[in-house]
Amino acid sequence: MVEIKTADELNKKFLREGMWPTIFCNGCGHGVVLEYTFWALEELGWDMDNVIFASGIGCSSRLPGYINADGLHTTHGRAIAFATGIKAANPDFNVIVFTGDGDCSGIGGNHFIHAARRNIDITVIMINNFIYGMTGGQLAPTAPLGSIATTAPYGNIEHPFDISNLACALGANYVARWGVSHPYQPIKSLKEGLQKKGFSLLEFLAPCPTAYGRRNKLGDIKKHWAWYDNNTILKEDYEKIMKYGTEEEKAQVKDKIQLGVFQDIQKSGFFESYEKLVNRLKEKETKAKGAKK
Amino acid sequence: MIEFKDDWCKGCNICIDRCPVNALEESDRLNKKGVRPPQLKKDNKCNYCRLCELICPDLAITVIPEEIKKEDKKTLLSPIGGKTK
Repeated sequence: MVEIKTADELNKKFLREGMWPTIFCNGCGHGVVLEYTFWALEELGWDMDNVIFASGIGCSSRLPGYINADGLHTTHGRAIAFATGIKAANPDFNVIVFTGDGDCSGIGGNHFIHAARRNIDITVIMINNFIYGMTGGQLAPTAPLGSIATTAPYGNIEHPFDISNLACALGANYVARWGVSHPYQPIKSLKEGLQKKGFSLLEFLAPCPTAYGRRNKLGDIKKHWAWYDNNTILKEDYEKIMKYGTEEEKAQVKDKIQLGVFQDIQKSGFFESYEKLVNRLKEKETKAKGAKK
Repeated sequence: MIEFKDDWCKGCNICIDRCPVNALEESDRLNKKGVRPPQLKKDNKCNYCRLCELICPDLAITVIPEEIKKEDKKTLLSPIGGKTK
C-alpha cells in the first residue's frame, strides 16, 4: 500500500470524482470533519469496500455523497435505524453514521437513545452546529440559552441538550466531543472510536456562520471560529478548576462547553451478545436431539 | 511549497487567520467564484506545520515539504592521514 502524505493524494483516494467543491457555505465546519474522518480512515488502513456510510437529512448528511464509498441517504432522523439494519444484515461491515444535531437529537432522538442503550456496533459522528441549518435556521435542541433563531426571535429560553452526557448515561462505549479548529486530537479520537466495538459517539462543534452566526452577531467567520475557542474548555482543566480553583475562576469556566473524551469503556456489543445467544440455543437444540435418539 | 486549488476555495480566509507564523496572504487573482484565494507571502516564512492543510474546510490546500538542503560545512581542518596533493 502506498503511504499517503499530502492532502492531494488523500483527496484522490477518498473523494468521489466530480462532486467537489461542496455546497457548504463559506466558513462552514463540515468539510473539516470530513477531512479528519479521511485521515483517521487512512491511518487505520481500512478497505473502503467494507465501510458503509449512512446519513439522514441536513447539511451534515450530505457528507456521504462526497465519499468514494457506499452510502445511504435516508429519511430525517432515521439514519441510526438504517445503520442498525446494515449492521444486522452483515456484521462484518464497518458502519459510520454522519448526522447533525437536529437530525440526531431532535427528530431522531429515540433512535439514538435506543441504539446507544443496546450498544450497537456503529460509529456516530454527530456534527453539532446549534441549529437546523439547511431548512432555514430553526431552533435545534442543542442551541445554547439566549441564542436567536428564526423560531426563537427573542432568544432561546429552553435549556440545551447535552448529547455527550446523555450517551455516557446510556452506557455508550466511546464518547468524545471536539471542536474543529484543533486537528490532531479529533483525528486520534476518531481512530479510537472507529476501532471500538460497540456504540461510539463523536460530537463535533462546527461553526455555522450563515444560519447561526448571522443571527447571533457572529456573522464574521473569524469571529465565529474564535467564539468556539473562547467558549470551550478541556474536560481535565474544567475538573481541576472546579476542584482547586478560586470563585472567580469557577465563575469564568462555569458556562463553557467541555471538550475531551468523556467515556472509554469496554462493554460487550449487541451483535457479540446476539452471536453468543444463537450459539447457546444451537447447542441446546443439538443436545435435545441427541437425547431423543 | 504550498499548492492551492483556486477553484475549490470559497474565501473564508481561515488559513490566513490561523497560520501560526503568518505566512499566508490574500492573492490578487480571482477564481471562478469571484473570491481571492490565499497565497504564500514573498518572503517564505512557512515552517510546513500543515495546519492550514488540515483545517481547510474545502480541502483546497496541499502542503509539500521542501527538502531543506544542508550546506556542507566548510572547515579549515583537513582529515588527518589523507594523501596531500
